[in-house]
Amino acid sequence: MTDKDILETLSRILGILLGTESMALTLQTRRADVPGWDSFSYVSFIVGVESEFRITFRVADVESFETVGDIVQEIQSAKSW
Amino acid sequence: MKWLPPPLNFPTRLAAIHETANVVKRLDELSNLANANLSFLEIMQVDRVLSKTAHTNLSEYEDLRLAVLSSSTLDHALPPIRVAGLRRGLRIEIWASGFGQYRQELLEPTSELHLFRPHVVLLSLLAKDFIGAVPLTASPEQANVAVESTVQDLRSLWKRAQHELGATVIQQSFLMFDAPLFGALDSVIPGAPTRLVARLNAAVSECAYEEGVVWLDVVRASARDGLDVWFDSARWLQAKMEIAPQAAATYGELVARLIAAARGKSKKCLVLDLDNTLWGGVIGDDGVEGIVLGHGSAVGEAHLALQHYAKALRDRGIILAVCSKNDAAIAEAAFRDHPEMLLKYSDFAAFVANWNDKPTNLKVIAKQLNIGLDSLVFVDDNPTERAHVRSSLPMVAVPELPPDVAHYTRCLADAGYFEAVSFTAEDQLRAGQYSASKHRESLRAMADGIDGIDGFLKKLEMSVDYGPVSPLNMARVTQLINKTNQFNTTTLRLTEAEVAKLAHNPEAILLQFRLLDKFGDNGIVSVILATPEAKDMSVLNIANWVMSCRVFGRQLEYEALNILVEAARHRGLRILRASYTPTAKNTVIQDLFLKLGFSRDASLDGPRHASSDWSLMLDNYVPRQTWIARKGQAHDR
Repeated sequence: MTDKDILETLSRILGILLGTESMALTLQTRRADVPGWDSFSYVSFIVGVESEFRITFRVADVESFETVGDIVQEIQSAKSW
Repeated sequence: MKWLPPPLNFPTRLAAIHETANVVKRLDELSNLANANLSFLEIMQVDRVLSKTAHTNLSEYEDLRLAVLSSSTLDHALPPIRVAGLRRGLRIEIWASGFGQYRQELLEPTSELHLFRPHVVLLSLLAKDFIGAVPLTASPEQANVAVESTVQDLRSLWKRAQHELGATVIQQSFLMFDAPLFGALDSVIPGAPTRLVARLNAAVSECAYEEGVVWLDVVRASARDGLDVWFDSARWLQAKMEIAPQAAATYGELVARLIAAARGKSKKCLVLDLDNTLWGGVIGDDGVEGIVLGHGSAVGEAHLALQHYAKALRDRGIILAVCSKNDAAIAEAAFRDHPEMLLKYSDFAAFVANWNDKPTNLKVIAKQLNIGLDSLVFVDDNPTERAHVRSSLPMVAVPELPPDVAHYTRCLADAGYFEAVSFTAEDQLRAGQYSASKHRESLRAMADGIDGIDGFLKKLEMSVDYGPVSPLNMARVTQLINKTNQFNTTTLRLTEAEVAKLAHNPEAILLQFRLLDKFGDNGIVSVILATPEAKDMSVLNIANWVMSCRVFGRQLEYEALNILVEAARHRGLRILRASYTPTAKNTVIQDLFLKLGFSRDASLDGPRHASSDWSLMLDNYVPRQTWIARKGQAHDR
């Protein structure tokens, strides 16, 4: 799976949670860039990503993610496609 | 939630609903989607479309306000509650308190909670808030005091919600997720948190039942699924979620189940297939001696276990029926001749074995039993039959049985179709009543031939036992008000707290009627709620009148009116008023008041099926002669 594929899935998940149909995350996107992406929906997002990719992040990872790119990278390293 | 089938074409169907403008159609389609085993994200999507559906009043869907008072984060569980509500024809609007604000919200009369006017209040609280300060070294007495004071504290919160909000209260059991300190000894030491929480749950649940509070048992659910499914340390640390997101769908289902049960929307009848469901093999091919049932084989024992479960459900008031593609005589013979057969032919209130398709037969069963199709659960091992019923009759619940017969019983139990919030004397009698009703029917068939319906009614030797609504019958009266769909004049639904309040009003006349006949006691089958009109105290208004469909055509409506008129005259009242509010299910009584001699208020003249207001001048009323004798006395306060 490419970074682009992962980004599409992440955009879809966040779009569902925030009720925004055309969500387009990039590797550089930060939470503050997306209106409504508060700490609660962040946790829901993590839950959605974990179930979609069947992986589990460590709480330390979740706290250290700064950009969507960090999440993509963590997914890539957790999965050997 | 393995009893739900996997969703088919989820994205396409959701997109199609998006484009549907008709509100009922949208809700119907959303309910169909909700009747699948959805993922966390799919539930979110269904909920999103639901929130964009216009909120018009509909007779097909019951609107309900739920207040969630919690001391942990529960926002992630709200969409699952709404989606699970859809599964039961409920549109649940939710208001959630701020984190840990439950006490202020309940105590402050002008709080948002009070303004929201909830029908149901859910208390989801942490054990720590109540017993966190008890030291490990606590004496048994100290532990008792801590448990007892928590019970009193909760009881006073419940009373607030019941009396000031008139709401049904749901109390969630307390989860224990602390790491063990000793090990097995944690369950024994009085001051150990494990022991304290277990005692707390025992004491609070007992008190809850006494107070008419509904018990939401997440502890039992977590024992079923595993604590790691229900509590996730990461989510607790990240967002103070006591209920883990992976358990949210089940949590929502449990909440909606209880709400539906309290509103009388639980299923009433278990319809069973025969071949490879109640026994192994095909009776038509294998013969009575060839089917697999009972001891000596694991498969035979599994089928027998399902029979045991069905029998136990019957004993608690669930109606049993058979719907099978079979030759009727052969199917009946199996019940008579197989030595290991636990269920008897007479255990079934309806027995349909023929070669018609199953949806057609399910309609026949519902009609025979005089209950709605949405009261049926249909259990069949055959995936094709299940799919056929689901697509033709989406209101019938059809559990997705697992491939292995060993797990049939558990699957049916997990689905919780027959959830109840009380267990009344009527429930215990019901099974017998339905077999007795078979005898009544044969008497009716006989009477029809000889001396008509009057002869039938005469032979029944009926009597009515009636009286006011009191704590003794409050649970059954509330159950009847909320469960009855057909004979229900205004569809006014009331919580037990609201009924109690009305019963305390000295101006109101509340009557409950029990019908007895030579075949037995039908239990409390009708309730009238009447209050004087505020503007004119000589006018008594029937706020609602319900009657169980089991006693239709028995003249009870005439005798009940005779009794009501007597009570009203005794109070010096002059006029009796009533309304008929039509719904999808109560057309059977559209001419009720006309039949009873009321005159229709001309100002609202319209067709028979429209809303109508009626009045009866008490001075002119001539009591109607019926075949029902009086047994009790109207204890008019």
